[in-house]
Amino acid sequence: MTNVENVVANSTLPLRQPSRINWIRLAPLLYTIGLFVIWEIGVRISGLPHTILPTPSRVFEAIVQYWSPIWKNSVQTLYTTVLGFLIAVVAGLGIGLFIGWSKSIYAGLYPIMIGFNAVPKVALVPILVIWFGIGTVPAVLTAFLISFFPIVVNVATGLATIEPETEDVLRALGAKKLDIMLKVGIPRSMPYFFGSLKVAITLAFVGSVVSETVASNNGLGNMMASAQSNFNVPLVFAGLLMLAVEGIAMYALMAWIEKRMTGWAHRSSMSH
Amino acid sequence: MSPRTVLPREREWSGVAHFKKAPKMSPLVSIENVDMRYGGPGGTLAVSGLNLKIERGEFVAVVGPSGCGKSTLMKLTTGLHIPQGGTVIVANEEVTKPVSIVGMAFQNPTMLPWRTTLENILLPLEIVERHRHRLRRHKAEYVAKAETLLETVGLNGFGDKFPWQLSGGMQQRANLCRALIHEPELLMLDEPFGALDAFTREELWCVIRDLHASQDVTIVLVTHDLRESVFLADKVVVMSARPGRVISEHVVPFARPRQLEILYKPEFNDMVQALHGEIATARAAA
Repeated sequence: MTNVENVVANSTLPLRQPSRINWIRLAPLLYTIGLFVIWEIGVRISGLPHTILPTPSRVFEAIVQYWSPIWKNSVQTLYTTVLGFLIAVVAGLGIGLFIGWSKSIYAGLYPIMIGFNAVPKVALVPILVIWFGIGTVPAVLTAFLISFFPIVVNVATGLATIEPETEDVLRALGAKKLDIMLKVGIPRSMPYFFGSLKVAITLAFVGSVVSETVASNNGLGNMMASAQSNFNVPLVFAGLLMLAVEGIAMYALMAWIEKRMTGWAHRSSMSH
Repeated sequence: MSPRTVLPREREWSGVAHFKKAPKMSPLVSIENVDMRYGGPGGTLAVSGLNLKIERGEFVAVVGPSGCGKSTLMKLTTGLHIPQGGTVIVANEEVTKPVSIVGMAFQNPTMLPWRTTLENILLPLEIVERHRHRLRRHKAEYVAKAETLLETVGLNGFGDKFPWQLSGGMQQRANLCRALIHEPELLMLDEPFGALDAFTREELWCVIRDLHASQDVTIVLVTHDLRESVFLADKVVVMSARPGRVISEHVVPFARPRQLEILYKPEFNDMVQALHGEIATARAAA
């Protein structure tokens, strides 16, 4: 037993010095750099041409070289994505509350929603083009259509899973359906709602880029499609990198909002 | 058990003069020949031919084998369910919709995690018709009342804690406060102590006992715990297996205020054992 104590004492105490590097905070940065380094070395060793897989240094070079169009198209994609996402938030919250309102609406609409969600959104883009022409509108709508489903499902789930005891306690006091929704249902579904925003925003990027690739003259999707047809593969990768950066930034924003709005849900269990 | 006469209740009066409601001849709750079936005509018959009377100020415990319709009894009394046959009369009115003179507490405390304990306790006031319009202007008065209740159950100073910062027993105490804040005439408790450890449970028995003694409230306690029922109640009602009906009613003869030591008295255990035997027979009959 004394051995163990000695080992513990020796191994932990001297290491606890102040001003050590916080490796956990640095980990995301280090891993990202590591990924690029492995990628760079891998491509250089294998000797793959730039037209198949460019090195990250070549991709960064392309970002600098084409910064003006990349910036313009990134802003356009961010704009269509966020706009579609915002519509999805409003509509998703509305439909979610509507579906979660009563068991029969839930039962009736839920299968329709699932069927609707199962339809690949890329197949809808041609229809949207027929209705609205090419450009910003179909991109916004595709982003909306693809991202509102998780919001609806989560809000409706939050409402539909109110504990029956809570409902009984309130109904015995003379609470109307609206009272129960306002006092319990809606606050209760908020963690589900804010949680779903993280999923929805990444899906919104998928939607807008798909639509831009097929039916637009601007945006990162269109830029990558035309770069690809010119065999400008580094520019394609530059576009992908910009999308990744925008996606991470928006995800982080949603995670931050979630934490700010529903801190209580992270410290308590919803299940009881 | 032979029926015995009810001993005069020794109440623990607080110093303040306490006005007792003028005694009325009619019982607070009167359930007459009630049938309740779930899920349409072919569904399960939960209770059948149920008869029960509960006097004002009385503490009634309902025991019986599991699935005997104890919870149905609660829902019938509170008006959450309307029976298909028979009548339920609460406070001289036939129940056709939820009656707002009741407070309810379940085994699951169901505190809302986004509200502090105090806000949780005030929740019924935001619902009950006669309080909801006064709440905003008379907030301080209601908060003071909630704090008095918290003190009564031994949660002094925990009002601004969130429910998830409280232990299970403390949450259940807060749950009792929530059930009492709107001064219900009838308090319905559905196995409120089922999920607690033995010591916390005994503590809360004393809390309930003192609440009943100090406030003018009628309490119906649904429970599986026979010792709990005998310790707390004036009258223990035994129900049969499904479809539930009342098999027998026993007046608990022990004088109030009862102390926990009574749990170890032979008379007490005899009564618990007799109840146990009765329920075992009811189970076997099912």
